[in-house]
Amino acid sequence: MKQFQYVRAANQQSVISTIGKPGTTIIAGGTNLIDLMKRGVIAPDKLIDITHLPLKNIQATKTGLHIGALVLNSTVAENSLVLQKQPLLSMALNAGASPQLRNMATMGGNMMQRTRCTYFYDVTMPCNKRAPGSGCGALGGYNRMHAIFGTSEQCIAANPSDMCVGLAALDAVAVIAGKKGERRIPLTDFHRLPGNHPEIDNHLAKDELITGIEIPDNNFAKHSYYLKVRDRQSYAFALVSVAAALEISNGTIHKARLAMGGVAHKPWRLFDAEKFLTGKPVSEDSFAQAAQIAMQGAKGYEYNSFKLKLAPATLSEALRHASGLV
Amino acid sequence: MKTESNLIMPSSVDGMSRIDGRLKVTGAAKYSAEFTLAGLTYGVLVGSTITKGSIKTLNTKQAEGAPGVLAVVTYLNSPKVAGYQLNKDPGKSTQKGPLKIFYDNQVFFNGQPIALVIADTYERALYGASLVNAQYNTEKHYTNIQDNISKGFLSPEDGSYNRGTADAWKSAPVKMEHEYNIPNNIHNPMELHSIIARWDANDKLTVWDKTQGVKDTQQSIAEIFKLPVENVQVNSKFVGGAFGSALQVWPHEVAAIIGAKVVNQPVKVVLSRADMFTSVGYRPRTWQKIGIGATSDGKLIGITHEAAGQSATFEDFAEGPSRITKQAYACPNVNTIYNLISLDVNKPTWMRGPGEATGAFALESAMDELSYALKLDPIDLRLINYAKTDPESGKAYSSKFLNEAYRIGAEHIGWKNRKAQPGAVKKDGWFTGYGMGSGMFGAYRDKATVRAVMMADGMLILQTAVSDIGPGTGTAMVLIAAEVMKIPVEKIRFDMGDSSLPPAPSQGGSATTATVGSAVFDACAQLKEKFQKLIGNGGANDPDYAKVLKQHNLPSLEVTTLSGGGADLAKYAMYSWSVHFVKVLVNAATGEVKLDRIVCVADCGRIISPKTARSQVIGGAIGGIGMALMEEDIIDHRYGRYVNNNLADYHVPVNADIPMIEALFVNKPDPYINPMGAKGMAEIALIGMAAAVANAVYNATGKRVRDLPITPDKLIGKDAELS
Repeated sequence: MKQFQYVRAANQQSVISTIGKPGTTIIAGGTNLIDLMKRGVIAPDKLIDITHLPLKNIQATKTGLHIGALVLNSTVAENSLVLQKQPLLSMALNAGASPQLRNMATMGGNMMQRTRCTYFYDVTMPCNKRAPGSGCGALGGYNRMHAIFGTSEQCIAANPSDMCVGLAALDAVAVIAGKKGERRIPLTDFHRLPGNHPEIDNHLAKDELITGIEIPDNNFAKHSYYLKVRDRQSYAFALVSVAAALEISNGTIHKARLAMGGVAHKPWRLFDAEKFLTGKPVSEDSFAQAAQIAMQGAKGYEYNSFKLKLAPATLSEALRHASGLV
Repeated sequence: MKTESNLIMPSSVDGMSRIDGRLKVTGAAKYSAEFTLAGLTYGVLVGSTITKGSIKTLNTKQAEGAPGVLAVVTYLNSPKVAGYQLNKDPGKSTQKGPLKIFYDNQVFFNGQPIALVIADTYERALYGASLVNAQYNTEKHYTNIQDNISKGFLSPEDGSYNRGTADAWKSAPVKMEHEYNIPNNIHNPMELHSIIARWDANDKLTVWDKTQGVKDTQQSIAEIFKLPVENVQVNSKFVGGAFGSALQVWPHEVAAIIGAKVVNQPVKVVLSRADMFTSVGYRPRTWQKIGIGATSDGKLIGITHEAAGQSATFEDFAEGPSRITKQAYACPNVNTIYNLISLDVNKPTWMRGPGEATGAFALESAMDELSYALKLDPIDLRLINYAKTDPESGKAYSSKFLNEAYRIGAEHIGWKNRKAQPGAVKKDGWFTGYGMGSGMFGAYRDKATVRAVMMADGMLILQTAVSDIGPGTGTAMVLIAAEVMKIPVEKIRFDMGDSSLPPAPSQGGSATTATVGSAVFDACAQLKEKFQKLIGNGGANDPDYAKVLKQHNLPSLEVTTLSGGGADLAKYAMYSWSVHFVKVLVNAATGEVKLDRIVCVADCGRIISPKTARSQVIGGAIGGIGMALMEEDIIDHRYGRYVNNNLADYHVPVNADIPMIEALFVNKPDPYINPMGAKGMAEIALIGMAAAVANAVYNATGKRVRDLPITPDKLIGKDAELS
């Protein structure tokens, strides 16, 4: 590990005024950043520790729930307001990582975590995300964990977050502070698809800071489910995960919000399947058709084409759970 | 005489807790990497980034100039290692045998250490290591066993075997032939391999080393560096798991010793988790094919077992996966072939269960497949072909109660609830299935020397140079001594993990309790006799030892005795046996496998230490579950490089994967192997488990997975639906 400077941020303003500088990186929980530094994937000159900033509140607002960027994943997962209003988020958080990591990881940090693509982490391998122009090791390599939606010839990496899948389904919005003031980005637009610039994960500008997340109130609490299929029951990234949130009355779906994890460079919202389900009866048949629609445009690679089958199966299964069929 | 105190945990109904348990859970137990010596320096290895070829240029200037760096050791500047044989044919591949580190510019596998950067702190050494720059002449490499099966050559050990008619299964009324594959498994003990090396004089060395055998390590280091054996002191008091990975001296240990010579200060080398994949062996990827045939009522006619295992170009490794097929069942016709395939990879080594674990996956899967073809209960098929004498040697068994183990296990798992028809039980989207698989492993007893000293205060001190890699050796030894001497366990101290103590073999092959335990038994019995002589006729059978010493004005009384087995060891066929029963749930939609219940029954003679024995079985069973469901190290063959060399991507089971495991014992003494009647149990706890899981998955779903691990993708596949 290269020697680096460590400073503790005094306040939000001082962070925003310094983070744009080259070689400067924010550290919060550090659960991903430290790994990246140890492996030599990134080598910052200066770390700004923001964990003392007052962004640790969870509160109900007039329109929804506000969660500070520095609230720990474990704190959010156990919070009574979250459990009552947005249980899907709690389920998604608890499906992620391990208790030890959730006790360190923050909400903002979770959004900023990098892909777990093995070629990204091994600095001797080609990777366009780490070293633009070097090629994509995963494309013709071991790509079992990789994306099936929205890939490019430059990158087929998947976003590893469970939390973001839950947030994407819940129409959450990221609150961002920058030199020009505050702005909001819907979670579904926060992360990017790789395209020709896989080195850029998201739309956060270099001199911006995530300060919080807002989740609008909804009527999904009774019918939401997070299903994560993985190789072991804890501390494993999703092969495929699904966040399903439904509004149901008298056996009819009035509103549906669906997102998938482990399948794309970003949490993958399934807008077409949602639209299809709206007004449909709760039934195996509706779910199977929605799953078909959800898979449009999916593309498998040598080791991950099983996801073309696993993803719709997981979606149907999640819908069965969310709707109470199981 | 060492005077550390033993911390004894209170006994429980399940038996005594580990004598060192408190030290371990409180952090007071000091492992090899935790010692801090005066002037200690830190070494970090640099691995090759190519898979085969040679180093063209090696630039260490930048690393040498980095802050805190004391030296960069490479083949260009390494002091000669006296025990390394000279290069007779320069320019050609110069090595055959254990990898010689910093010997020449040859690269045999990806990650092979090419430099050791030594600095005053670990962090500075790590940074220095990142600055070493190598350029290579790259040659074409071969790392994929599947593409190179035809390049196999007959293994020098367990190569071929024939009993009766070869390929007799082909003429059987009910027959089948299938291929089975296991991937590389990495030992990945919790404790990383580590060594601290300190030269005490020009020809005198002390190491604190993670090893399964301080005496073997002492001997190996003495040979490599041409030192008098007694000038090499090896300390390895606590070992945080090893599973076979610490049964030999590996290059990183030699590197640390060379490094300590170069900087003339002690050097500590701790492998990184990534290094653990390339530096200390692994269970080799093995292809197997079994042809098996029986009469229509289930009597085995013949088995043909072919195996081909991954090995390294520079050193062969053989573990006899087909051995179990010669020994397991009363089958008149058995022929086996075992080939090795030399690839451009690090050398494999023994990993818990070794060849038998690999072989049992194939054999016990094949037996299960045959039972369905015969419409027989898998247990009945095994009982029909139950071996009453050793099928390989014809010898009588010293003891075998495997049929009793079957009975106990079947009862505890609720085998009667198993449906013979696969896929018959499905509820809420989950299939339920039952499976079983059996294991066996040779029961060995080697030679060991134990010193038993009764001190004036009535404390018994036992000393021998064995290691304890986790099973609770000290606990078992104390229990044996307490029984012979008729004194409380609190009055006994067991010293080990120190090469200056009386010799004992390495801890491997499930032989420690049978070997060292016997020596403890004998030493204590002889010490007792010595007391009897002192007391003379009419003395108490179990005297107050302290009182006797005081009466005779003696500071202590001691016995040192070498103990080994007698003629019975050759007269009988000696094995430990196990059977594993599992109940699984398989999600019909997603292919996830959940273990619902596990029952393991071991027939391994008398149980000395019930609590640690249970732990031993639970650990082995979980190892087998990892092998069955998730463990697989993956090489990107384009680069010859591991792509999952960390514990996030190389999966071992976590608590959430493991249900309550019932570990049960037949607990009948073997009358011949040793005075305690105890046999080994480490290997059999794992052997057969992978097949038990695969068989249960088949019973649940009708889907037979013959390529481990059984991950969801293999169950849902790309086309055929599960449900």
